[in-house]
Amino acid sequence: MTSTKSNQRLSAAIPILMVAVGIIFGWHILIAVTGVPAFIFPAPLDVIGSLVSKPNYFLSHTATTAIEIVVGLILGCLLGIGSALILLCFKNSRRWVLPLMVISQSIPVFALAPLLTLWLGYGMSSKIAMAVLIIYFPVVAASFDGLRRTPDAMVKLANSMQASPLSIIWHIRFPSAASSIASGIRVATSVAPIGAVIGEWVGSSRGLGFVMLNANGRMQTDEMFAALLCLCVLAVALYWLVSSTLEKFLYWQTDSSVSL
Amino acid sequence: MSRTDDINLSSPGIVIDKASLHLQAHPVFEDLSLSFPGLQCHCVLGRSGVGKSSLLNIISGSTTLQSGSVNASNGKSLSGQTAYMFQDDGLLPWLNVVDNVQLGLRLRGETNRNSFDRAMDLLSAVTLTPWAQHLPASLSGGMRQRVALARTLMEDKAIILMDEPFSRLDAITRDELQELACKLLHKRTVIMVTHDPAEALRIGHTITVLHTARPSTTSTFTLSSQPARAHTNDEVLALTPAIWKALSKDKAHPTECL
Repeated sequence: MTSTKSNQRLSAAIPILMVAVGIIFGWHILIAVTGVPAFIFPAPLDVIGSLVSKPNYFLSHTATTAIEIVVGLILGCLLGIGSALILLCFKNSRRWVLPLMVISQSIPVFALAPLLTLWLGYGMSSKIAMAVLIIYFPVVAASFDGLRRTPDAMVKLANSMQASPLSIIWHIRFPSAASSIASGIRVATSVAPIGAVIGEWVGSSRGLGFVMLNANGRMQTDEMFAALLCLCVLAVALYWLVSSTLEKFLYWQTDSSVSL
Repeated sequence: MSRTDDINLSSPGIVIDKASLHLQAHPVFEDLSLSFPGLQCHCVLGRSGVGKSSLLNIISGSTTLQSGSVNASNGKSLSGQTAYMFQDDGLLPWLNVVDNVQLGLRLRGETNRNSFDRAMDLLSAVTLTPWAQHLPASLSGGMRQRVALARTLMEDKAIILMDEPFSRLDAITRDELQELACKLLHKRTVIMVTHDPAEALRIGHTITVLHTARPSTTSTFTLSSQPARAHTNDEVLALTPAIWKALSKDKAHPTECL
């Protein structure tokens, strides 16, 4: 079983690898043919060279951004699912809270970033707050939707078994909403890096956003691309990790083709 | 399973007296009086919207009457003495079969080693022992409804309320399940709502037709042979026209039927 599964994983990875190699090769050819200067568009080898020349520098800044994203993701998901539960349990709260949520989502995070930096400082907390802010709404919306749409038959049955409302939420509404919540978390995972990096752009002394800004200011485009590459790898790894964890949680769902 | 047998010995009848029920100003029952003797299977027929499911709801106590009363013949309150079985099996896709059978206990936080053993006993009664650890997704419709039957029995209630439990199954599977249900439920009081006169004739000790007339009227037929009856049973054949007549005259002359 496990060997076939890992074989499947491996064969699923082949197209991704091929696409990556194709893009890098095409990129290399493009630069070689057009002769664009490296400070405008560096060749893949320049980027890799920059990456290899100071591995600790990139590693430590990637780690900073990774921590911001992960903490933001955890806090944002907990907050989002919690809010969805409150919306579910207190019907009257919907009229008040839902407009607030929509408003919070309609304000561009770019506009809020300087404020958050002002309030929370240059450290990680302002970036975590940005990530939380950006993922909160998708998680609430997906979770609330899932929690509301429990099949009637299940609730009717549970009621006939004298289940308490709390027990119905825990044993029935929550698991039956699991796939919606999971898609909310997937969306959150893919947008959380945006929040963290925007936060770093606005003001920071660490993280990949800082590296990019710094390199951009010094026209070190290869370093900027290297930071971007780190961010891509980080985002994809995180998404893969979250997605495959969610799949394990949703063991009863037969169609699990969402995996990366 | 001695505990089960104790309860079965006292499976009470149900007495409905001058019940009136309005749902959103729409009259469902008016002065409905009916009695169902204990330890028997009672099938309830009637046209759509006549209040068959509401009848089950007033017996279970999930819907309250505007006036009149519903009582158990043993004097105890009906609430807590009933278990439901619905048309939709309602199996939770994330629980395996044996956990689904214990659903009521799970919801009330009462599962233990003992309940697992009892669930396994019931699964063997519905011949699903090999499937105990499977998820519902891998079961056929008939198997799922058998799990639902085991889950209903797991509740260990004297009165079983069934709302068209077999109507989604194909004819042969339905026949098999009717036989199984008769075998497993024979010491309980069963009220089964159905759309199918053939089903009622096959498994009911009595058949009650709810009429659309207001004040509420009913026709009750009593069968003497033991269910589950063959489709070609004499009594079944003899009563079929009368049942159809009681059902079909409703729309044409809603006020004349008795």
